[in-house]
Amino acid sequence: MKHHIQISLNGDPVEVLVEPSQTLLDVLRDELGLTGTKEGCGTGDCGACSVMVDNRLVCGCLVLGPEVAGKSVETIEGMAEGEVLHPLQRHFLEHAALQCGICTPGFLVAAKALLAHNPDPTETEVRYWLAGNLCRCTGYDKIIRAVMDAAAEMRQAPNARAELKDQLQHAGA
Amino acid sequence: MQEKIGNPPVEQEFKWVGTRQVRPDGIDKVTGRAKFGADYNLPGQLTGAVLRSPHPHARIVSIDTSQAAALQGVKAIVTRDDFNDQDSEFVPAGEMLVNYRDVVRNVMAREKVLYEGHAVAAVAATSPIIAKRALKLINVEYEILPHVIDVLDAIKPDAPLLHDDMITTGVEPAPTTPSNIAKKVEFTLGDSGAAFAKADVVVERAFDTKPVHQGYIEPHACLADVSEDGAAELWVCTQGHWIVRAHCARLLGWDVSKIKVNASEIGGGFGGKTVVYLEPLALALSKKSGKPVKMVMSREDVFKASGPTSGAHIRVKMGATKDGRIVAAETELFYQAGAFQGSPVGPGAMCAFAPYDLEHVKSVGYDVVSNRSKVAAYRAPGGPISEYAVESVVDELAREIGMDPIDFRLKNAAKEGTKAAYGPQFGPIGLIETLEAAKNSDHWKAPLGPNQGRGVASGFWFNIGGETSVTLNLNEDGTLTLMAGTPDIGGLRASLCLMAAEELGIDYPKIRPIIADTASLGYNFLTGGSRATFSSGMATVEAAQQIKTEACRRAAQLWDVPEEAVLYEDGYVRPAGDNAGPQDPMHISEIARMAGKTGGPITGVAKINAQGAAPSFGTQIADVEIDPETGRATVTRYTVIQDAGRAIHPDYVEGQFQGGAAQGIGWALNEEYIYGDDGKLENPGFLDYRIPVASDLPMIDTIIVEVPNPRHPYGVRGIGETPIVPPMATVANAVRDATGLRFTELPMSPPRVLKAINEARAAGDTNLKV
Repeated sequence: MKHHIQISLNGDPVEVLVEPSQTLLDVLRDELGLTGTKEGCGTGDCGACSVMVDNRLVCGCLVLGPEVAGKSVETIEGMAEGEVLHPLQRHFLEHAALQCGICTPGFLVAAKALLAHNPDPTETEVRYWLAGNLCRCTGYDKIIRAVMDAAAEMRQAPNARAELKDQLQHAGA
Repeated sequence: MQEKIGNPPVEQEFKWVGTRQVRPDGIDKVTGRAKFGADYNLPGQLTGAVLRSPHPHARIVSIDTSQAAALQGVKAIVTRDDFNDQDSEFVPAGEMLVNYRDVVRNVMAREKVLYEGHAVAAVAATSPIIAKRALKLINVEYEILPHVIDVLDAIKPDAPLLHDDMITTGVEPAPTTPSNIAKKVEFTLGDSGAAFAKADVVVERAFDTKPVHQGYIEPHACLADVSEDGAAELWVCTQGHWIVRAHCARLLGWDVSKIKVNASEIGGGFGGKTVVYLEPLALALSKKSGKPVKMVMSREDVFKASGPTSGAHIRVKMGATKDGRIVAAETELFYQAGAFQGSPVGPGAMCAFAPYDLEHVKSVGYDVVSNRSKVAAYRAPGGPISEYAVESVVDELAREIGMDPIDFRLKNAAKEGTKAAYGPQFGPIGLIETLEAAKNSDHWKAPLGPNQGRGVASGFWFNIGGETSVTLNLNEDGTLTLMAGTPDIGGLRASLCLMAAEELGIDYPKIRPIIADTASLGYNFLTGGSRATFSSGMATVEAAQQIKTEACRRAAQLWDVPEEAVLYEDGYVRPAGDNAGPQDPMHISEIARMAGKTGGPITGVAKINAQGAAPSFGTQIADVEIDPETGRATVTRYTVIQDAGRAIHPDYVEGQFQGGAAQGIGWALNEEYIYGDDGKLENPGFLDYRIPVASDLPMIDTIIVEVPNPRHPYGVRGIGETPIVPPMATVANAVRDATGLRFTELPMSPPRVLKAINEARAAGDTNLKV
């Protein structure tokens, strides 16, 4: 029998019916239509399904849907605020830190979790934090540079994004 | 660190080409909007699932699907009975050939299963759970046969035969008995046998490599929808949707025009998405059930049933004079094809000595079948294997003579005019430039620490052109829509827009590119052979030139002057020459706005068979550090130097260099298919088949060398494949430098390195350096 669960998804309340055997990844992709979170392995080895559950970085394929009842789930779809990209997203684009792009959502979610945890990581710390996210195209070079640059920008202007958003809202109004 | 070197030195003559713009598909890829193969869904779709063989080799006695068919929610089942047999016919698939007689057996086993994971039946059901349950209700009776996995075992006279009728081709006289050797290939130049007499030093070694998987992060996935009148639509992650269409039409016996294929965004391919696995099954299931059918491979299926590249046994013998000239070279290559013939041993044999200007060469290759999944193309298919062995021997020769390995390569390097052993004479090529750049690099001159070593190796790949269509539509506001048909895996759309912007004098953001479906654009061969930027770029330039010509014609009409009196320059048509009138220049957007009144839509349609692809040579440098306690080799510094012809978008050229090097480092140090004695794959997952992760690698420096290809309007050479050719030898040569030991077996994983160090120590080997 399906479970009726309520979650906060990217800040919004959501209700959904889930099979006991469905993973959070399946729930996001198949029940809620959010396909930005990817399945690369289904065994927690590739990180393409990285999402945040109650501010903890997890593999969506290793969490069962019913487990997230009452919790807050954040996915790649919640990372930009309207038209304003997160600095990580912007730096990934500027550094060409993606080729095929299948691993990109997972890297962005994982990197955001890193910077929340450690705003000033060394290159080695970035490499080890992101060691659970596989990329087969880039050799990681440009990804690491993008994360380091985004971190530097966020340290210099931690409120820049909020200000930019305010400006855009005013301009829109 | 990223550098660029031009020969001749490149003046900054372009506004857009060579700049680092954000890719047009970028935003969608950082926000999760981009739709990959598994991201498409249709209302009422069924889930397709495949029953796969648990045995490496068995005869199928019977398949009983009656119980599965009776399960509620099961809407269709297909087996071998749903596919007609095919005649033996080889057709191109990327740089490899496929034979439809084999393809139909690979997508669905017929007489026998030939490897663990071989598809035996497929079902479509109303939910994934029901589909899985249905697979368990299919009863297959097998007669288990003895299996053979290793390439050297498979060529033994008493080896179990995979195909009773396989007579080795390329051998005179033809053998009278079948074997697992599908064919023999041979490329010779001069008389290598006699030329060894002139050598002062001869080095001969045997090498072994293991199959490695392309390791794209996105598993194969597709969604098929067949209507009652037989019109079919397919969404699929593929490197070539026209190729998928052709294969599916052939295997299903449908008209090509009935199948429309949409290429989704593709999550990596590296050659592995140039063939079909699920697509014909999904179409057959959709036709049978009358409903859309979605199929996605698990990671385990990807490893077990989709193609890795060959493992191989390679012998190399090379001789040189004391002053450093290579006088003779021979290689013998045994490549695993997997269950069906068609390993890349041909290109492997052709590549083997391609970086060198040699008079006496002999390359002999054997294509060998065994009970493993059929190999598929993997980035420069065949080249990395043979060149690993040759470049290791080149390193040994340089050591024996006492010459710097770069100087030794420079002394023998292929250059313009060199006749390659496989036939052609090279045009302008950049190998010497890459070697000189390597020699002058900071990396080559930097000091090494304890237990560290440095290696260098070069590599080559042919590159191809082929059938290509591009359409450019000039919209009524002067913006452009670009339709290409080669799936974009790593920035192609950006590169095409840069070339179109350059050609038309229009701003890059004003061009919106799409990868068009098979019904909307002329035929396109696939993205592979490093052909996409080369061929679709050539077609884009031609389509842009048509628009320029048409814009001039429309202006001439408006101004009532002869066409030759109008010139297109920097986005404007302007009067020119003696006939020039007094009119002001008009921007292309004005021509576009008035197109309806001056003759209708303005479109550039290029349909070409792109010729003039030019090879890309590269040289790479690696530093490794050996942990003598564990045997782990860690790459501490890496530089890729390669001739790009011209880098249209340098970021994505560097990305190809870095990504190819990283895959090659994985191949060198860690990746391998591991089989048990039972013939079953023991590591079908990313946990045990460990590809390099971020903490395994250093930054990867690049030096882009530009020796323009004279046959391309912007000088492009394909650059995607060459980067994976040198890494295995580069790393092996660095490990040799660090340890004093020559490793002839890949991967150089910690247990192998530790064992070799311990054995050398126990034997009192004076070469041992760690």
